[in-house]
Amino acid sequence: MTQAQAFFNEMFDAGGVRGPYQQLQSWVDDMPAELRSLKQAEAEALFRRIGITFAVYGEGGDPERLMPFDMFPRVFAQDEWRRLERGIIQRAKALNAFLADVYARGEIVRAGLVPRDLVYRNEAFEPAVVGFTPPRGVFSHIVGIDLVRTGPNDFHVLEDNCRTPSGVSYMLENREIMMRLFPGLFRENRIAPVDGYSEELRRTLASVAPPKCDGEPTVVILTPGAYNSAYYEHSFLADLMGVELVEGQDLFVEGEFVWMRTTRGPQRVDVIYRRIDDAFIDPLCFRPDSMLGVPGLMDAYRSGGVTLASAPGAGVADDKAIYCFVPEMIRFYLGEEPLLQNVQTWQCARSEDLKYVLDHLPELVVKEVHGSGGYGMLVGPKSTREAREAFRARILADPGNYIAQPTLALSACPTFVNEGVAPRHVDLRPYCLVGDRVTLVPGGLTRVAMTEGSLVVNSSQGGGVKDTWVLSE
Amino acid sequence: MLSRTAANLYWMGRYMERAETAARLLQVGERMSLIPSTGAGHRSEWVPLLQANGSFQTFEAKYRDPVQRNVESFMFFDHDNPGSVAACIAAARENGRIVRTALTSQVWDALNTAFQELKALERTERSELPLTRLTDWTLRNTALVRGSIAATQLRNDGHDFLNIGYLLERADNTARLMDVKYFVLLPRVDFVGSGLDNYQWTTLLRALSAHRAFHWAYGGEVTASKIAHFLILNRQSPRSLLTSVQGVNDHLNRLSHGYGRAGRPQATVRKLLGELAELRIDEVFDEGLHEFLTRFIHEIAELGDAIFDAYLSGDAR
Repeated sequence: MTQAQAFFNEMFDAGGVRGPYQQLQSWVDDMPAELRSLKQAEAEALFRRIGITFAVYGEGGDPERLMPFDMFPRVFAQDEWRRLERGIIQRAKALNAFLADVYARGEIVRAGLVPRDLVYRNEAFEPAVVGFTPPRGVFSHIVGIDLVRTGPNDFHVLEDNCRTPSGVSYMLENREIMMRLFPGLFRENRIAPVDGYSEELRRTLASVAPPKCDGEPTVVILTPGAYNSAYYEHSFLADLMGVELVEGQDLFVEGEFVWMRTTRGPQRVDVIYRRIDDAFIDPLCFRPDSMLGVPGLMDAYRSGGVTLASAPGAGVADDKAIYCFVPEMIRFYLGEEPLLQNVQTWQCARSEDLKYVLDHLPELVVKEVHGSGGYGMLVGPKSTREAREAFRARILADPGNYIAQPTLALSACPTFVNEGVAPRHVDLRPYCLVGDRVTLVPGGLTRVAMTEGSLVVNSSQGGGVKDTWVLSE
Repeated sequence: MLSRTAANLYWMGRYMERAETAARLLQVGERMSLIPSTGAGHRSEWVPLLQANGSFQTFEAKYRDPVQRNVESFMFFDHDNPGSVAACIAAARENGRIVRTALTSQVWDALNTAFQELKALERTERSELPLTRLTDWTLRNTALVRGSIAATQLRNDGHDFLNIGYLLERADNTARLMDVKYFVLLPRVDFVGSGLDNYQWTTLLRALSAHRAFHWAYGGEVTASKIAHFLILNRQSPRSLLTSVQGVNDHLNRLSHGYGRAGRPQATVRKLLGELAELRIDEVFDEGLHEFLTRFIHEIAELGDAIFDAYLSGDAR
């Protein structure tokens, strides 16, 4: 039973049910098993009917997969959320200040606070935008910050996502579906709404229109296309914001501006929320084999004809090695102490760190610096000797590509499982919007590892999602 | 709107109409196969369907034997046959999925539900799926999608492109369905005017869900000339060539008003409409029904090209 106490339980502490979860105790106690399976089936049918799927190609079977949805909500009290919110907004501001700095004078590097090579020799550093300041100095307009909780007041940032964090459609749809399935819960609890997100996103994007834009800016979302795994999200957001969802082939550059091909001829585009990686957005500037981008886009961007969100080069701030320096950024640019903690991180590029990591592999989580989606990582305590030895060889072959962190005791939230309700580990991704102001809707995406004991919450690794509540009293 | 969005809507309409036609063709085939053989014996009743549909060679290469089960597989289930019900519904749904934002949730729901049910049908034992169930299912679902469009879609340019897709495909398909008669009669011209001839014409009417409507409109005896008039020139008949072309014309006019400019599509459709409006049915028979229909199908394709160039290609300036 010592295992059970090794992590923070979001719903129960020594004194019984924690405040924010009070109402849910009777809800789950009073729910007969049949009703539960009925509701679960209803939820799945809704997801399928609405078409909320993510695509997995190349594995055989039906490419349109459902994200496992757990009906047990994850709840924050108002005061818990206020603290988190301040920390997230602080971090989003610092990350943007860092980006504006490293593509300009690089004061933080000159001050010796961040190693020169880590910035300027970083794969994600984009020489093509050095010296260019995007509208309002904002590089990362949507910052997704992955958080884990280890205690009542202990939140750690696992990683920052400054490019195109995905998953916000689940935050919105999970709420819609919960409201349809359990309207009573929403009458009994005062749950802050999240549906202001799309309007705030549209406003944020319009607020960073380029200087050459006169009048109401035309905003579009640029998608790689219907076969992208996040296509549903792209079309969902376009629909909610009432903007066109375009592919590279729908756009062209002429006379310093970007135009979209419409049935009445070309129409000018001012702000592009692009869900395509830097490398693919302009075959003339980056990968020449890209069919997804728009030739000449970077020229239009640099001459102030169009705004790209996020700005090319924003990825240098969310690198797992740069991550270690975010607390320094907060102190340097904002003159504040960080409100959210980083996780202790060993960088294998440093020889003393490398030695420690290799000596302690069974206790650590080792990740690739540019990895994502839960791929290419080693969870020490859950690994076999063979897996560790294989990973050791990979680290030694390219130490600079790896970082390691202690295995955190992720908090657990009650989750519906076959046997009833049991704790499963969760994380949290809130979405912070940065434009003329910095805002955060009260909520986020809670991902849950559906397998008992598992700490990996990524959907590509069998993770699920939950509705995330912020109580508003 | 984006040219690509307009193209997706247009193709969604075309594929839904084509799925419906495939189901109607199967209905014609089944009814024709129920009457005693004409004595010629060397031709299956199913062959003319495939010929009219333009897919006989593809069919023969894959299935060889034109028996009902094979034709059902080919025309309903076969995803290799771009004109099968399954392929058309999948293609319509894929076009719809890409432009989700341009469809109301009710239209998407109808389209997506049809697709999900189709997948369930594909998993069902064939012995539990009599042909009537397949054709009824198709007609019900295509009607649901069309009804949702009529009831909920905004009357904007997207609605025009969606309908132009439907109407162009319908004009093409009605012509092709009529052409089945030509292929059926090909071996023995002396059947013309016989009881069998009328039976086949009546079957065609049934397949177009126009059997009763025909009697209300004309009354009396069923003749080839009345039926041809009904399907080509009658403005009351919902699937006639004239009604379909008139519909395309109306939607193209709406577009030219909305966009403040007209071009080759409007000129092409006006010419076609003018010709049909002045045509008399004996002129059709003088030219030869098959020859007339072939020419018409060709002109519809040209109209489609003009619409593509002007609106859907994205090259318009």
